[in-house]
Amino acid sequence: MRAKAHLTFHESQPAQASGLLAWLHIDLPLLTGLVLLSGVGLLILYSAGDREMVLLQKQLFRLGFGFVAMFALAQIHPANIRRWSPLLYSVGIVMLLSVILFGESGKGAQRWLDLGFLRFQPSEMFKLTLPMLIAWYLADHRLPPNPTRLIMAGLFTLVPVLLIAKQPDLGTALLVGTGGAFALFLAGISWRMITSIGLVMAALGPVAWYFMHEYQRQRVLTFLNPESDPLGTGYHIIQSKIAIGSGGISGKGWLNGTQSHLEFLPERHTDFIFAVISEEFGLVGILALLSLYLFIILRGLYIATQAQDTFGRILAGSLSLIFFVYLFVNAGMVTGLLPVVGVPLPLISYGGTSLVTILASFGMLMSIHTHKKLLPT
Amino acid sequence: MLQSSIKDYLHESQLFLGRVVVSGTLVILVLVALVGRLFYLQVENHDHFTTLSQDNRVKLEPLPPTRGLIYDRHGTILAQNLPAYSLEIIPEKSTDLDDTIQQLSEIIAISEDDISRFHRLRKQRRRFDSIPIRVRLKDEEVARIAVNRHRFPGVDVKAALLRDYPQHMKTTHLLGYVGRINEQELQVIDTSNYSGTSFIGKNGVEKSYESLLHGKVGLQQVEVNAKGRVLRVLENQPPRPGENLRLFLDMELQSTALEALGEYNGAVAAIDIQTGGILTLVSKPGYDPNLFVEGISTKAYEALENSLDNPLFNRAIRGQYPPGSTVKPFIGLAGLEYDVVGYHQETYCPGYYQLPGKEHKYRDWKKWGHGKVDLERAIVESCDVYYYELARTLGIDRLYEFLSGFGFGQPTRVDLDGELSGLMPSRHWKQQKRREPWYPGETLIVGIGQGYFLATPLQLASATATLANLGHRIRPRVVAAIEQTDGTLRESPMIIDDLQPINPDHWIQIIDAMSLVVEGTRGTARSIRSNEYRIAGKTGTAQVFSVKQDEEYDEELISKRKRDHALFIAFAPVENPRIAIAVIVENGGHGGSVAAPIARKVMDRYLSGASRTVVSDAG
Repeated sequence: MRAKAHLTFHESQPAQASGLLAWLHIDLPLLTGLVLLSGVGLLILYSAGDREMVLLQKQLFRLGFGFVAMFALAQIHPANIRRWSPLLYSVGIVMLLSVILFGESGKGAQRWLDLGFLRFQPSEMFKLTLPMLIAWYLADHRLPPNPTRLIMAGLFTLVPVLLIAKQPDLGTALLVGTGGAFALFLAGISWRMITSIGLVMAALGPVAWYFMHEYQRQRVLTFLNPESDPLGTGYHIIQSKIAIGSGGISGKGWLNGTQSHLEFLPERHTDFIFAVISEEFGLVGILALLSLYLFIILRGLYIATQAQDTFGRILAGSLSLIFFVYLFVNAGMVTGLLPVVGVPLPLISYGGTSLVTILASFGMLMSIHTHKKLLPT
Repeated sequence: MLQSSIKDYLHESQLFLGRVVVSGTLVILVLVALVGRLFYLQVENHDHFTTLSQDNRVKLEPLPPTRGLIYDRHGTILAQNLPAYSLEIIPEKSTDLDDTIQQLSEIIAISEDDISRFHRLRKQRRRFDSIPIRVRLKDEEVARIAVNRHRFPGVDVKAALLRDYPQHMKTTHLLGYVGRINEQELQVIDTSNYSGTSFIGKNGVEKSYESLLHGKVGLQQVEVNAKGRVLRVLENQPPRPGENLRLFLDMELQSTALEALGEYNGAVAAIDIQTGGILTLVSKPGYDPNLFVEGISTKAYEALENSLDNPLFNRAIRGQYPPGSTVKPFIGLAGLEYDVVGYHQETYCPGYYQLPGKEHKYRDWKKWGHGKVDLERAIVESCDVYYYELARTLGIDRLYEFLSGFGFGQPTRVDLDGELSGLMPSRHWKQQKRREPWYPGETLIVGIGQGYFLATPLQLASATATLANLGHRIRPRVVAAIEQTDGTLRESPMIIDDLQPINPDHWIQIIDAMSLVVEGTRGTARSIRSNEYRIAGKTGTAQVFSVKQDEEYDEELISKRKRDHALFIAFAPVENPRIAIAVIVENGGHGGSVAAPIARKVMDRYLSGASRTVVSDAG
């Protein structure tokens, strides 16, 4: 919070701004996009949460925390990020194991680790540390990676993904997995390899079905035919589609969404907040929102292309694409294109850990973009 | 670590750039697909989803109309609506019904009867109807339920207007009662008009005037949230309450008749001769109709159904009794009108009658005979032999034609549901129903109102009124006027179907004879003679138990339920007839001693208001 106030003060003095921002290791376009998005998020949350100020305060606090983390990470030189990657990854694996052994249940799944002063989901960390590790692992060698390195990178991805899926947290496992996959993709693995992996994944589908929990299977079945269970699991999707569809082109207006305010739409301030936006602001509002997201993603990809080393490129690219996957999986779920997977709408859904992770990832992007000089190693 | 020597930075950079371009393109394509999906939902299917969203949010709630009240002619309330709380369950919403009931019974008292009634009502109700498990909750019980309500899905305390019959037993059969709508009724009623109504008239006035009493349902458009809670009213179309009914019934007269019946079972029907309005319609015993409103327990219902007194049976309009000697004035009139006898033309009564060439003796009630009797004496003393002879002379066809004119064998078409038509036998009827020809002996029996001949108490009262009115025949009716919603009274129509007397003097002669039944020194009903006004009447006895040839009917030896029914028809005052009455006392014995005094008490009450003239009860 103080960091933001500090920032506004400096922005009011444009003459010094660019120099100061460079000194603070801040990328202004990215920051603008993120602040705008968070602001829009708070506005929506005010409506989705039925004008509950406590909800808003908590979210504001988390955002503050996230932005502080972002600024802090932006100050760290990419070389140091790179250096710490293997250690962070290993610590993460240890924590995942301890969650499985001693973790606390939340909503029927073991995801939380209580460190006494802080309760957090170690799985969330892997959205950052897995791309970091793969970038670190591949950056030192010729790209595209040779088969041995590829298999190793594949294993680095698979271990946390399986551990997270076992919690069970399919949404996070999916995001973490795609994070690893993007890192490999950006590292330049051949198209033939990509096709083969794709085929293997498709073949593994039935196997995955076998290992799925009952509620996960139910979600997939409901996705395939939501009307089969209109009062049970299909209810979310049906009500969400009604909310979106009834919003029309211009929407019902802020605070006027009947689906959300009359409580027909479940999870309206968390996973289904996209439907609230669609209902209240219509297609026009959603297009504006998607443009904002697209701007941030493209800015991230641009930063990746400007990065000065392989580590920076792969990491920046992966993080930007994970951010996009967040958006797509959430919007796809809410609009009925994808099964219901507990993935929040990035920077808008009410909720802690993912918000901080996302802002932290943008901290790293800023770091990569603003520390141009190669440090001697 | 650094292997810069073998790395081709330019190549890697270009490869990476290519991958970023591919990624960026994919991102844009996927977002375009997403926008396509949103376009599909928000633009192409906007109307569909708007409808669904409205359906979610807006509910149409029926506003049930208040049922019309029923008054007697003096404004005494006969049927009203009282607010009452009941504990109701919607079985579809309850997860474990038996467990729910068990737990509820720990909070408030729920008896076995309540539970069995609940299960019985459950079988006959509509889907998603709530069924009462307890009715008429006390305030304290309502509070106790309210505290625990969250534990029981589908359970709710309903405040509703419950039909109440303050006269209890006294008006049972006439008014009928309302009960919960069952499956069969659901097939017949206009379900939209009954969408908010749980009750419907089951019989009596409540049934025959159902559509007027019910009124028209109102509708309320409300906004609800996902839990079904009403947030605000969007539109309100108030219900049109049911119309109030004012009956011809005189509640005091009704009470008088019931009281006068005393320990006996039976029926009393009294008609206002000027209008055809039913002043009294008693069927005794009755039962408390309020039990049926709440849904009577199986046990209580079985008790009513299995009772030898048959309290569920409406004797006044469904009881078909042999009219006995009460038909003699009508048959005598037939003799005069068809010109087969003269008023003072005499016949000899030896105490029995034989058809020419037949051994069988048709007995008179007076074993030793009446001697020489004319029509007047035959009515006054109720000579059977005279009527055997007269009936034979008239023949069954003329008897049928003439008596049908008075409504015998046909429903009176009173405005009550379930009336039976009695039976006026004829050759045609016998051929149709029994596949047998008509035997001459059967004509004789019809002549004294026995055999196949059956009539309801209301038919008898109506026929008596027609006789008193010299053929001016008015259809009997219960409802006098309908109090419309705007407060104006709409009188019920008087439906007239006059007979055409051939000679009105014949009618006067018969009426003279009937007044001698009461006033004559040998009249069978001389015990009820009044000094205030003149009564014309006729006693009758209906055999329940047939006495074999050569056997004597001995009241003492015959068990109470096999004893004869006592009948009496009358009207008064003779000069200016106002009230016609028919009384049937089941197993009462003689009409003159048991039934006639009951009629007298009712007529006293009606004609002299608070007349308390002591009636000499001769038996």
